[in-house]
Amino acid sequence: MSEITKTASPATARPLMKTLLPWIGFFILLLALPNIFSSNVGLYTMNLMGIFVIFALSYNMLLGQGGMLSFGHAVYFGLGGFMSVHFMNYIEDGDFTFPMYLIPIFGGLIGLVFGIIIGSFSTRRAGTVFAMISLGVGELMAASSLIFVAFFGGEEGVSGDRTTGPDLMGINFGQDIHIYYLIAGWVFVTVALMYLFSRTPAGRMANAVRDNAERAEFVGYSQRKVRFVSFCASGFFAGIAGGLFALNFEIVTEENLNALTSGTVLLMAYIGGVGFFIGPIVGAVIFTLLQSILSNYTDIWQLYVGILFVLTVMYVPQGLTGIFMMHTAAWRMRRVGSLILPYLRAGIPALAMLTGIAAFLETIHHMRSSVEGETAMSLMGVDFDSHSFVAWIVILALVVVGGYLTRSQLPQLKEAWEMANKPPAQREGAGS
Amino acid sequence: MLELIFFSLLNGVVTGLLLFMLASGLTLIFSMMGVLNFAHASFYMLGAYFAYTISIYLGFWVGLIVAPILVGLLGAVVERYGLRYVHRWGHVAELIFTFGLAFLIEEVVQFIWGKDTKAYHEPEILQFPLFTFFGQNFPAYKAFMLVISIGIFILLLLILTRSRVGLIIQAAIHKPNMTAMLGHNVPLVFMGVFGVGCALAGLAGVIAGPALGTFPGMAFVLGSIVFVIVVVGGLGSLTGAFVASLLIGLLQTFAIALDYSVNDLLQLFNISFDADSALRDLWTLSLPQIAPILPYLLLILILIFRPTGLFGNRET
Amino acid sequence: MTAAIELQDLRKSFGPTEIIRGVNLSIADGERHAIIGPNGAGKSTLFHLISGRYNVSGGTVSLHGENISNLPPYEIYRKGLSRSFQVTNIFPNMSVFENVRCGLMWVHDYKYSFWHLIDRQKELNERTAEVIEEIGLTSRQHIPAGVLTYAEQRALEIGIAAAGGADVIMLDEPTAGMSHSETDQAIALIRKITEGRTLVMVEHDMGVVFDLADRISVLVYGEIIASDTPENIRNSKAVQEAYLGAEAEE
Repeated sequence: MSEITKTASPATARPLMKTLLPWIGFFILLLALPNIFSSNVGLYTMNLMGIFVIFALSYNMLLGQGGMLSFGHAVYFGLGGFMSVHFMNYIEDGDFTFPMYLIPIFGGLIGLVFGIIIGSFSTRRAGTVFAMISLGVGELMAASSLIFVAFFGGEEGVSGDRTTGPDLMGINFGQDIHIYYLIAGWVFVTVALMYLFSRTPAGRMANAVRDNAERAEFVGYSQRKVRFVSFCASGFFAGIAGGLFALNFEIVTEENLNALTSGTVLLMAYIGGVGFFIGPIVGAVIFTLLQSILSNYTDIWQLYVGILFVLTVMYVPQGLTGIFMMHTAAWRMRRVGSLILPYLRAGIPALAMLTGIAAFLETIHHMRSSVEGETAMSLMGVDFDSHSFVAWIVILALVVVGGYLTRSQLPQLKEAWEMANKPPAQREGAGS
Repeated sequence: MLELIFFSLLNGVVTGLLLFMLASGLTLIFSMMGVLNFAHASFYMLGAYFAYTISIYLGFWVGLIVAPILVGLLGAVVERYGLRYVHRWGHVAELIFTFGLAFLIEEVVQFIWGKDTKAYHEPEILQFPLFTFFGQNFPAYKAFMLVISIGIFILLLLILTRSRVGLIIQAAIHKPNMTAMLGHNVPLVFMGVFGVGCALAGLAGVIAGPALGTFPGMAFVLGSIVFVIVVVGGLGSLTGAFVASLLIGLLQTFAIALDYSVNDLLQLFNISFDADSALRDLWTLSLPQIAPILPYLLLILILIFRPTGLFGNRET
Repeated sequence: MTAAIELQDLRKSFGPTEIIRGVNLSIADGERHAIIGPNGAGKSTLFHLISGRYNVSGGTVSLHGENISNLPPYEIYRKGLSRSFQVTNIFPNMSVFENVRCGLMWVHDYKYSFWHLIDRQKELNERTAEVIEEIGLTSRQHIPAGVLTYAEQRALEIGIAAAGGADVIMLDEPTAGMSHSETDQAIALIRKITEGRTLVMVEHDMGVVFDLADRISVLVYGEIIASDTPENIRNSKAVQEAYLGAEAEE
C-alpha cells in the first residue's frame, strides 16, 4: 500500500484565507455548473455524479485513509436508500411531517447503525480477511433483500415521491434543477465533513493504522477501535449518499445493495486515486461520464471500463489524481510547458492506436451481435461495412502504425520528463 | 423421508466435492503467495466455456482433457505477467488486481460468447439414470462428477505428500527463500502452482458446466461461496477447506430439500402470527428460501466465535 | 521502592522451543539498564514480552508493581512504558511531524476524538515541534518519513517512543547500522531524552553500552548469566567467555 498512497500533511499553521480558498472555489463551482451544462442530460449526469462523489469518498475513508479493502460497501448505501424511501412514503402518507430535503439524514443514521453492528465483528482483522468478511456480509445483505420483501420491496424495490413533502421556499423538488441544488448542498456539506474527519485524531490515527497498524498500538491506540470508528463514519456517509439516490431516482432496488455496486465504488475510488482526498471525487466524475455518455455510443463500454481498471491497477496504481500530482514538481519549477510537445508527440500516435483497438473491438462486436446480413455500421461518424477489406486494413494500420510510433516516441518523452524534473542546481551542469 | 436424506446426502457430497475442487486450488495459491485470487472462479467459468466450444467441434471428452490445460496455461500467463508485476504494490493491490481481472474476464466472456446461457450438455453416454431409489433417479452424470472429484482429490494428496515435486511445493509454501537458496526455481514453482490451481478450477468448470449451467454469471455465484469456504475452513488449511466444502455443500442441499418454515416451527409451540405484520417475511421464512444465504450466516458465526476458521492458525 | 520493571521467572516458548528460560530481573526507577548478549540470546524476545507484543508462556512482568503480562501493547503504553524497534517501524507515508504527533495524541487525551481539529490543537502541535527539535529533524519535519535517511529514521524511531513522556523507555538497538559520528549523536540524544526516566536498552555496540548504562545484564540462551555494574561486567570471566571474549582479544 505504501507505494500507492503518499499523503504528506500540510504545514499546521496556515493563513485562514489560504485554507478556505479551495472551499470557496468548490462552492462557486457547484453553483455555476448547472448554468454551464443546463441540458436535461447534463443535470441528470451531474446529479448522479454528486451522489457517487459522496459514496466514493465514504468508501475511501476505508480504503485510502484506513487501509481497509471492502467488497461490500454498497450495503450501507443501499440500506440508506431503502430507509430514506420508506420515510419518503411516510411523509407522503401523512404519517410524518418532515422536510424532504433532510431525508438523507435517515439514510445516514441507518448506515451508521449497521456500520456499528457489522463493524463490531468485522474490524477485528484487516487486510484479506476483512475483505472477505465484507464480501460475505454484502452477499448476505443482497440475498436477504430478496427475502424480506416488506422492507426491501422484493424484485421491484420500493418507490417514493419526493414532491409530497412540505415546500422549501416554494420549491417542492419536482424539477431536476431543484434536486441538483439539493444534492449540491449535501455534497458540499458531506465533503467538508469528511475532509474535516481526516483532520481529527480519529482520522489521523486511521492513516497511522493504515501505514503501520502494529506501531499504532505501541503509541497507545487499539488498531481495532481506530478501524471501527472509521468504519462507522464511512457507513454514515454512504447512507447519506443512498438517501440522495432515493430522492433523486425515487426508487431503490436490490441492485443498490449488490456486489456490482460495491465493485463500482471500489473502481471509482481506485481509478481516481485512493491516496488523495480528492481522488475519489475525480474517479466518481470520470466513471459517471464513462457510464452515462460512453454507454450512448457503444454497447461494450463495460468492457472498456474493465480494461481501464486492470491497466490502472497494474501500471497506474496512484490513480488519475496521482498522475496529475506527479507534475507538481515540474509545475513549481515552471517547466510543465516543456512537456507539452513531448506529450503530443507520444500522445497522438497512442490515441491512434487506441482508436484502432476500439474500432477492432467494436467491429467484432457488431459482427457477432447484429442480425444476419446486416453489415453496415458507423463509428465516430464514419460509416463503413463491417466486412469490408478496406475497413480492416485501416484498423490494422491504426493499431500497428500507432503502436510503433508511440513506442518510438517514448524515449524522448522520458528524456523531457527527466529534464523537467531536475532540481535547478544540477540542470546547468548536465548537457542539454 | 429416507430417500430425501439419502439423495440430499449424495447431492450434497457431489456439490461439496465440486466446491472443494475450487477451494483447494484457492487455498494452495493463498498458502503459497499470500494472495486470495478473486478471479479463481473466473477460471472455473473459462473452463466451462472452453469445454463448451471444444465440445461443439471435438466432443465432450476432448474438452474434458484440453480445456483445463488451456485454463491452466492462461493462469500461468496471468501469474507471470500480471500478478508478479503487481506484487510490488503490496497485498491490497494484488487483491484489487485479481478483482479487476474477475470483472474483466466476465466482460470478455460476454464479448466473445454473448450473455445467454450456453447449451453445454453432458455427453450422451452419461445421460441415463444410474440407479433409482424410492422412485427418484440419480443421474449417471452426477456419479461421473463424483468420481472425477474424488480422483482429483486423491491425485492431489498423492502428489503433494509422496512426490518430489510435492515436497518442493510444500517447502516453497512455508519457506520460499530457503527453498530458493537450495537451488529450486521458486518463481517457476509459483507459476506452476498458480497454473495448476487454475487448471483445477477449469476442470471443475468443465464438469459443472452441464450440471449447473454455463452463463456469464456463473463465476460470481460460485466464487463468493468459495471465499466463504476458505475463510470458514481457515485460511491456508486444505483440511479446513475440505471440511468446510462438504459442510456447506451438505448444508445448502439439505436446506433446499427440507421445506420447513419458521411458521412450522412456531406451530409446534402453538404460536401463531399476524399475517399483515411488517415482520411477516420472518414468520413465513422457509429453509429453501434462506438456503442461498446460509453460507454467509455460517461465515459471520465463525467470525464471531472462531475468527481463525475451523482449522486455521495463520495470522494474515 | 517498587522497581520500575520486575521480571519474575519469565518464560517464553515457541512450540517446543523455549527461548526465554526463567529470567529474573529488577530494574530500578530512573536507572539506565542495558541488556547485552550474543545473537539469538532472546533480547528482542524479552523486549516483546515486556512491551506486550508477545504473550508470556510462564512467569510475570510487572510495571511499577502492577502485573502487565499479556496485556495488549496499547494498554501497556498507556501505563507509561514505551519502546522503539530494532527494524525501523515508523509511519512511512505520514510526515515526520505527523509521526511524532501520533506518539503524543493519546497522552494528550485526544483518544478517538473525531470532533477536535488536529491542526488547531496548539499545545499538541507545540509539544510535537519541541520533540522534533530535540531529535534534530526540524528541517525535515514535513517530509514523508519513508524517504528519510536511515540515521534520520532511527532518530525518528527514538523520538516517537520518547515523545509521549513515558517514564519507562525501551530502546531496541537504537544505534544499529550507524556510523561513528552518528552513534555519538545518538548517544547524546538518548541521554538527553531519557533524563529522569528509566531506560532499558538492547545494544551490541559496547561503546554505547559502557557510555550510557548504570547497570548491565547479560542474556545468553534465554537466561541472565550476570547483572551488575559495567565495571564488574567487563571484568567478569563468565561474561568474557560467553560474550565479550572477542573484545578482550582486541
